[in-house]
Amino acid sequence: MEWLLDVWFVLWGVLWGVYFLLDGYDFGISMWLPLLGAGSERERTAMYQATGPFWDGNEVWLITAGGVTFAAFPLAYAVLFSSLYTPLLILLFCLILRGVVYELRFQVFNRWYRLICDGISFLASLVAALLLGVAFSNLFRGLPIQLQDVQGAGQFYMYQGNILNLLHPYCLLGGVVFILLFLVHGALYLSWRVEKSELKNKAFYMAKITWPLFLIAFLVYVAFTFLWAFAPFLEGNYLKVPILFALPALCAVLFLLSGYYIYFKNSPGRAVLASCGGILTFTLTGVMGMYPNLIPSRIDPASNLTIQAGASTIPTLTIMFCVAGVMVPVVIIYQIWAHKKLSWEVKADY
Amino acid sequence: MDPIILSRLQFALATIVHFFFVPLTIGLSLFIAIMETRYVRTGDEKFKIQAKFWGKIFLINFVLGVVTGIALEFQFGTNWALYSKYVGDIFGSLLAIEATLAFFLESTFIAVWAFGWEKIPKKLHCAAIWLVFFAGTISALWILLANGFMQHPVGYEHVGDRYILKSFTEVLTNTYGWHMYLHTVCGAFLLTGFLVMGISAWHLYFGQNKEFFHASFKLASCFALCFSILSVIVGHQLGQVTAKYQPSKLAAMESVWVTEENSPMYLIVIPKFTSEEGNLVQALPLPGVLSFLTTNSFSQTVTGMDQIKPDERPLVWPVFYSFRIMATLGFLFLAVAVVTIFLRRIVPTLGWGLWVYILLIPLPYITMQLGWIVTEMGRQPWIVYKLLKTADAGSPPVDWYQVLITLLVMAAIYALISITGFVMMIRTALKGPQDMTEHYA
Repeated sequence: MEWLLDVWFVLWGVLWGVYFLLDGYDFGISMWLPLLGAGSERERTAMYQATGPFWDGNEVWLITAGGVTFAAFPLAYAVLFSSLYTPLLILLFCLILRGVVYELRFQVFNRWYRLICDGISFLASLVAALLLGVAFSNLFRGLPIQLQDVQGAGQFYMYQGNILNLLHPYCLLGGVVFILLFLVHGALYLSWRVEKSELKNKAFYMAKITWPLFLIAFLVYVAFTFLWAFAPFLEGNYLKVPILFALPALCAVLFLLSGYYIYFKNSPGRAVLASCGGILTFTLTGVMGMYPNLIPSRIDPASNLTIQAGASTIPTLTIMFCVAGVMVPVVIIYQIWAHKKLSWEVKADY
Repeated sequence: MDPIILSRLQFALATIVHFFFVPLTIGLSLFIAIMETRYVRTGDEKFKIQAKFWGKIFLINFVLGVVTGIALEFQFGTNWALYSKYVGDIFGSLLAIEATLAFFLESTFIAVWAFGWEKIPKKLHCAAIWLVFFAGTISALWILLANGFMQHPVGYEHVGDRYILKSFTEVLTNTYGWHMYLHTVCGAFLLTGFLVMGISAWHLYFGQNKEFFHASFKLASCFALCFSILSVIVGHQLGQVTAKYQPSKLAAMESVWVTEENSPMYLIVIPKFTSEEGNLVQALPLPGVLSFLTTNSFSQTVTGMDQIKPDERPLVWPVFYSFRIMATLGFLFLAVAVVTIFLRRIVPTLGWGLWVYILLIPLPYITMQLGWIVTEMGRQPWIVYKLLKTADAGSPPVDWYQVLITLLVMAAIYALISITGFVMMIRTALKGPQDMTEHYA
């Protein structure tokens, strides 16, 4: 039954990937508020309407990713979230603030009140995107954790260092990549969902400008990762099992395909779909590179937290596998159904 | 400073604020579902306006419940890492199942409901709110089974340095968890009944939309009656389960210090504010009543605090007072609900009497919070009863000043959003059903 560990490891990666590709467009659109929504309340309202029905359902993928980490790999959950205590709580505060804005912004017709709401939504989304990028880059780089005796608690993987250790240039670059990626993703999604209008054109234009910036940052990030070996955990598996190179290859194809739809087909809908696939394969590329580590330690190879050390028992994994095996496909079906039902063209001119 | 105390405060803040919004989400979704079902059955627009008006309040309340819930799940990892390490094999799966079964359903179909008016078929729209209601109750079940494990751990095995799952069936059929579930859900419907009655009474008093709010009031009065009866009955059962499985909590709830047969219930008790033994005052004993209430027999023994080791006793006075006030208020709601059911037809003519309902609105909220104080503070010093102490369950890598900063920031953010949220809900409630503009205008 050891294969269940591997299945849960992959599922863990998939859940994070799906979360990024869904909430990515919410973050992206909110980050565009100051630029795309600068002139007009109607355009800003349209930007909220584009994601209003979906942000909550998207965020549940994060809750589930967190819940599955807890259920399948409780030790990893304990180590990861206690090591990343401060950044994780800042991320949660950002998610809380941008979430309430979706509903509370529309309760009051006051220009200043709504501007403050927009400011909160913008900042919270920007910081959230940055932190997610920084956090995952830190995983790829390895966290400074060491297995130590803790008084009265046996052994625990203790974080060595402070918050500033998380802000290595490589990790900050990861944050920038996430921001640019979500900006492109969000602009495409917005342009796809809004009816023919100035906002639609502006959003598409922004996607066109941002896409090359994203590509450059992304390539530098990948080069940083593989050539300068800041992430020794990522290379090994790919050299061992070359078939895995299909993942980064697919990722490259999908991001380029997204560019193709942007520049040659003027088709934001298809571009955003390709970009969804790109984000998923991007996440999986990173996660598969880490296998079998859930949290690599960059200071002591013996302190790598692996799936074997971090996992729940086989009965728990089996029960969870049955629940997820039935429910996740059902969830995907009804979420797609709801997306179709609620994805009428958003009005931007009245 | 002790990071454990700060983490407890932070967790208390997160749960208390979260729980200001949860009960109404569960209860009001049923209220709206019933109104909308009437609309679909009869085609009468007035029921549709009922669903839409209460729906507006529901949506504001819902979003605050959602966002304050995010922090809860992650705090087990951030602040209670050793807890997660020790019991994650059992506890984590319950949370993950809650997310996959309930949260997706709830979040997807509330959007279908909020944005789908006039855009999807009527029956489908009505089904959406029923799904939201079911999702809410399912979610409550899984989280309370998880909490039930902390109160009365079952189905586990101690292997190495952690507790692992031995019988999932036992975890799912945990008596303690099911009693807490039923008591909490009844409380949620009761709270909804009193909230709707209160808001309706306000409008009836000022003579606005009399017919509309009289209809709301009548349905709400049924909620209040049914669930105030059930809350008391289930609450009594939960007390007996507590006496059986968590004697230290029951001793704190009643501030019982002497273990004896034919144990009396003192009508007047003033516990000490320190953890010293005994009460400051206890008077007016009813012989055997405590034995009878906890075991259905006047002669049975009730465990007092003297049987509990001093380092395994909860702090008595907050548990004691919370329980007394909660129980008193529970009977007050029952009395009001019984009287109301006879008055429901003539309620618009009550005049000043309507203020009773308006003033009662906050009390069920307070009652439910007090219930949680009994449950959680009464379990101390254990995080998992008799298995793991709260003091041994924190996060070793996290320093006290980190927790202090996040606690203060969280307090500021939660104060900001919950005050804004409540103001918006009150505004919407006072505006009445005239303004039915589209969601997100």
